[in-house]
This record gives sequence, structure tokens and C-alpha cells, in this order.
Amino acid sequence: MRSRKQKRLFLVLACGICLSAATGLTLAAFSSTLTYFLSPGSVLAKKPAPGLEFRLGGVVQVGTVATTINHGSPTTAFRVTDGTASIPVTYTGVLPDLFREGQGIVAIGAMTTGGTFAADEVLAKHGSTYMPKDVEQALRKAGKWNPKFGPPPAADTWNTMPVKSTNS
Amino acid sequence: MTETVLISGKISKTGSWLHHFANPGRFLRLVQPILPWLAAVSIILTVTGIIWGYAFAPADWEQGNAARIMYVHVPAAWVAMAGYAALAVCSFFSIIWRHPLADLAAEEIGPVGAGFTFVCLVSGALWGKPMWGAYWVWDARLTSVLVLFFLYLGHIALIRAFDNPAHGHRAAAILALVGAVNLPIIVFSVQWWNTLHQGNTISFSGNSKIYITMLYPLLIATLGFYMCFITLVCARVCAAIMEKRTGGLLLAAAERQG
Repeated sequence: MRSRKQKRLFLVLACGICLSAATGLTLAAFSSTLTYFLSPGSVLAKKPAPGLEFRLGGVVQVGTVATTINHGSPTTAFRVTDGTASIPVTYTGVLPDLFREGQGIVAIGAMTTGGTFAADEVLAKHGSTYMPKDVEQALRKAGKWNPKFGPPPAADTWNTMPVKSTNS
Repeated sequence: MTETVLISGKISKTGSWLHHFANPGRFLRLVQPILPWLAAVSIILTVTGIIWGYAFAPADWEQGNAARIMYVHVPAAWVAMAGYAALAVCSFFSIIWRHPLADLAAEEIGPVGAGFTFVCLVSGALWGKPMWGAYWVWDARLTSVLVLFFLYLGHIALIRAFDNPAHGHRAAAILALVGAVNLPIIVFSVQWWNTLHQGNTISFSGNSKIYITMLYPLLIATLGFYMCFITLVCARVCAAIMEKRTGGLLLAAAERQG
């Protein structure tokens, strides 16, 4: 004969297992809609209809950024890439401060019939690496990393690197 | 039953070691003398961490001074999640072993945890605007933390919504346990889905992608926030035990007179 406490324990554990399974299956089923943005590769594969609004995410391709001034507002054209595919993007307006070549961004807008992505809004996606500017400069000088091309090297190569002035 | 236990400070039927340590009277005797020390340690650690982070740690290479918001945002987020985990553990003990102390703790963790979640959300919005270009986006990480905030608010309301406190404790414990499924979603959201929120910087297995002079103040501030949470919850639980005792004594006095 089990005690009431044991009965409650088994009941709670059984409910917990069922609930976790249900949540896991739901999240797996909705995983594509829970994604905040589409990569250029998946955009080229899915071919969203022109005018259908979605979010495009990727890295600003190096050497593709060109800004022109039309009627007093800047229009920037660049390509967003995920390493395999890339999509041309145009955006009119002031870009976020973090915008640069090699920067991860999320652009909100729609494809035009010409195959360009017309962005209404551009958000910058910053990296998850935190280091002082001196360390970044030292890595660049040593030829170990250029922020334009991909993420920084493994932290153990720079995390013990000496810094001249920590208060920069 | 609960009332008499709280007044006498002893449990008549000592079932297990759990009940030995979960006795409100014993908790009061153990915790009340060290509360001032807990408070002092939490203030010293938090102030040290934040001053170090804001005045002495280097600015970030990419985000400049805006990255300093992490010395508040990251500890608040960690404590908000750990607080909910503690709430779930208390609810588990409350629902299976009917602990009077676990009920009290669950009731007092809610508002403190909600406060830390609010700090996390607000500091995140203030960080998002200058860096991303938006205060808020509906990506998986931000949305799941907002759900955590609403779970806290729902728990606070539910546990106080019944005339019979035992009913409130049981209903709120079920809510807390069901809501615990959100915790792994928050933790893994940046790995499972594309998010605007950055991926994990700190890793327990392997390299953390943060320079050592920025890591130290972050860890000290985190320790400080954890201690603040523990101190606030302990102080609130002590106050709640005293309040119940006072209520019981007043009731007894009224009965003697009447």
C-alpha cells in the first residue's frame, strides 16, 4: 500500500513527463514559425511571393555596400549572405550604428519582382563576443582575426592576451 | 493545523528529516540572526560589481559603452530564472509533502522574482534600442522571458486569490510547476531558433567568449544579485512567519476575552 505522499509524487512526476513531452512536440512542430528570421539560403529555397513581408537575416557581405543620396535621404544597397547564398537588399533611411561589412543584421521587408529585398527596417544583430578594443586591435595586427570575415577565434587564444590600457 | 504549528513552532508528528528542517520556527531562529550579514554581503557584492563594471572595466570593441548594461541585465536574467526554479522546487515540496515553509517561501519568492524579471526586461529594452535599433522584438528569447514575467504575475495573483490559503497554495503550486517548462525554453531559445538576441557568451563547458577584465565584474555582480534575491526572500519569509504568529496570538487573546 502506497502512502498518499507517494501517490502524489507519482502523479506529479507523470504529469510532468506528459507536459514536457507535449511541449517538446509542440515546439518541434512550430519550430519554423518560432524562428525570428529567414536566412538567404532558405529564402531562395522557399521563394516567398513578392510583396509578402518577412524578416531576412544574415551577414552584410564584404565589398557590397554602396550608399547614394536621393532627395536628401540615403539609400543603401548591399548583399546579405549566410555563407552559401546571398540576396541583394535596398534600404532607405539611417542605418543602426553597428551596421558595417561583416555585421549580422535582420532586415524587415519584402521581395520585389526584380529579386531584390526592399527593407523597411534594418536591425543590427551584435555578436556574443565581449573584449576590449585593444585586444581586437592586437588580434587584427597579429593577423588572427578580421571582424569583416567571420567570428573571432576561440577565446583561449585571446582571453589571456595582455592589454596595455584597460581603461580605454 | 498550519496555524497551530506556526504558533508553537513545533510539528507534533515529525515525519521525516524534511519536516525537521522545514519547520518555520526553526527557520526563523536560524535565519533571523544572520539576516543583517546577508544584507551587508549582498550590498557590498552588488555595489562592487556594478561600480567595477561601469567605471573600471573596459568598453567593448563592438558595442562600446552600451555593453556595460550587461552588468545589470545578465545577473538580473540569471536570478529571474533561478528564482523561478526555486519557486518550482518549493511548489514541488508544497504539493507532495505539504510543507508549511515551502508554501510560505513560494508566496514570498513570487514578487521578488517578478521584480528581477522586470529589471531584466527593462534593461534589455534600454540596451536593444541603441544596439539593435528597437526596444522590443518578438523573437524567441525575448518572448519566453516575457512569458516568465507573466507566470510570476499569475502566481502572485493566484496564491492570494482564495479565502482559504491552503487552496491558493495548491493552485499556485500547480501553476508554478506547469510554468517550469518555460525555463529550458528560455535557456535554449538562442540555440534552437534564429533570434535577434545574441547567443550565449558564458559557457560552463568550454570557452566563455568574454575577456577576463569584463568577466570578473560580471561574476561579482551576479553573485551580488543572487545574494540580494536570497536576502529579500529570507526577510520576507521571516516577516510572513511573524505576521502569522501575531495573527494567531491576537486570535487567541480575542478568544480568551470573548
